[in-house]
Amino acid sequence: METFTVLTGVAAPLARENVDTDLIIPIPRLVTLANVDLGRWAFEALRYHKDGSENLDFVLNQPRYRGASILIAGRNFGCGSSREGAVVAIRRMGIRCVIASSFGDIFFNNCFQNSVLPIALPQEEVDRLMEEARTCTSGAAFAVDLEDREIRTPGQRTVAFEVDPNRRQGLLKGLDPIATTSLRESEIASFQDRDRKARPWIYS
Amino acid sequence: MNARTLFEKIWQRHIVVDRDDGYTLLYIDRHLMHDGSAAGFSRMRERGIKLRRPNRGFATPDHYLLSDSGNVADIPDPHHRRLVEAITTNTAESGVTLFPVGDERQGIAHVVGPEQGVTQPGLTLVCGDSHTSTHGALGALAFGIGSSEVAHVMATQCLWQRKPKAMRVNVDGTLGNGVTAKDVILAIIAKISAAGAVGHVIEYTGSAIRDLSIEGRLTICNMSIEAGGKAGMVAPDDTTLAYLDGRPFAPKGAEWDKAVKFWRSLPTDEGATFDHDVSLDAAAITPMVTWGTSPEDALPITASIPEPSTAPDTSKKDSMQRALEYMGLVPGTPLEQVAVDRVFIGSCTNSRIEDLRAAAKVAQGRKAVIPTWVVAGSGLVKRQAEAEGLDKIFRDAGFEWREQPGCSMCVGMNGDTGKPGQRIASTSNRNFVGRQGLGVRTHLVSPAMAAAAAVSGRFTDVRRLLS
Repeated sequence: METFTVLTGVAAPLARENVDTDLIIPIPRLVTLANVDLGRWAFEALRYHKDGSENLDFVLNQPRYRGASILIAGRNFGCGSSREGAVVAIRRMGIRCVIASSFGDIFFNNCFQNSVLPIALPQEEVDRLMEEARTCTSGAAFAVDLEDREIRTPGQRTVAFEVDPNRRQGLLKGLDPIATTSLRESEIASFQDRDRKARPWIYS
Repeated sequence: MNARTLFEKIWQRHIVVDRDDGYTLLYIDRHLMHDGSAAGFSRMRERGIKLRRPNRGFATPDHYLLSDSGNVADIPDPHHRRLVEAITTNTAESGVTLFPVGDERQGIAHVVGPEQGVTQPGLTLVCGDSHTSTHGALGALAFGIGSSEVAHVMATQCLWQRKPKAMRVNVDGTLGNGVTAKDVILAIIAKISAAGAVGHVIEYTGSAIRDLSIEGRLTICNMSIEAGGKAGMVAPDDTTLAYLDGRPFAPKGAEWDKAVKFWRSLPTDEGATFDHDVSLDAAAITPMVTWGTSPEDALPITASIPEPSTAPDTSKKDSMQRALEYMGLVPGTPLEQVAVDRVFIGSCTNSRIEDLRAAAKVAQGRKAVIPTWVVAGSGLVKRQAEAEGLDKIFRDAGFEWREQPGCSMCVGMNGDTGKPGQRIASTSNRNFVGRQGLGVRTHLVSPAMAAAAAVSGRFTDVRRLLS
């Protein structure tokens, strides 16, 4: 898996609550395209008009936010389905970090499987970052530093964030979760032995 | 010992490793798979590894099947057809139990699991589908995962999890006539919001929940994810045991007795505390209809389309305006005056026998004035409905009794979608933008309310039709 250490890039403000996984990647694209092609269709309903032309009102289509690698979004981002394609789509679009006050739980987990960092911050802090993303000089970069667990803004503010230590290590080193868990083989085997005696009906 | 919740008891029972950073390697008892699970199998093949415990896996195709044909060769999209075929080869190669197309046991994974007795109290159960929360209705800890974690469970039979918080949603009292489990869960989501239970496992308690059948409890737990919850659960009781007894994959004989003893120990201890408590009065819940593009946008059928100007803040006001624009609705319009173009009765939320009975009760002796589909949740549900004559009631009322059980219009992956601008009364679980097709306007309702809309051509308080 690709590593994530320090991400430097433009941050785009998507001031919308409950951005669901159907909105992030609609079903017809998800089921017909390979992962590599999903990026073009991320946020399809917001990004394109019905005739296929770009909707310039959509934040990620605006010149200053085009190519943003950081998305600052409203509460409950990624709610809805378990489709991992939602993370793949934004990743393929170039987004490596999403900042919001809360996330859909499955989406949040899926991010870590795809080298995308989801950062949960209090709403007031998300609002401040969104405001700065709107008002900073066009093209000014934010830095998301996973080593030091802080966001550095163009206005020289530093915002600390929390991330689970092992998930952080996983992203920093690009670890493979299955290989990591396989190191626990003896513990899994002894759990099964104990459990088989306590709950034999599960094993029959 | 400290008083513990149902969730806590199941969690503790499944700890393989407790890491000091707060992560737990949790053992997974059951893994359900569907035609969308092919990616997990591909990843296993790429790595050259086998499923650790294939006998923990149960698979059935549901998302991509046509609702008007049980013949896989009829599926026009070659990619969809391959996914449906892949489940047969993948399960045959790996040793996972399959309920294939053409087998009466086939159906929507979240209907089949409980129906076959695969879902049991005290289990941990996962599936690469967000509505896995459904299975908590039998007292299991069940949640949806993405395809990377599907592969992780296939390889290790475990998942790393951070322990969620616990929320109790208590519904006391008696539901009124025409008010169903679907209305209860929509009322709960409207109250706590679509993010209200993020990071939490919900336990539903109270006399109104106890009084529900397993079918009703499945409907409630199914939409826990729409409240942001990781899982939803109902403690096992006599209703649960009566439901499970004799099901094909439920324990038998001495093992049943042993299991029952264990299951009886699972309900939350008196005095156990939750991180959050919410309560609703069952008697105050009415038939519900959603008006917007989030399941939290739910209102009693007696209400009117809300005014964005009444929103508590600008963010909410903007989202209401966007939703009303997409839905083509004018603030102040009574919900009962909103005309409907089409009706869908089905999905893992509402396609079980009780749901079909509730819809048939309203349909009986009336005529649909708009296209209305009924898609049974499994082959066994379909057979039972036909044995009870429900299919005849539906047909006589002009409803379409679709041939093949599956997800159908809930998610439209099989091509069952509406046309842009169409307004659909749907018994499914998500009213997201584009969920049932580009530009389609979805309103979530109960099966009884869906049938009422079908025979009236607009949203209608089903209580009037039942009196």
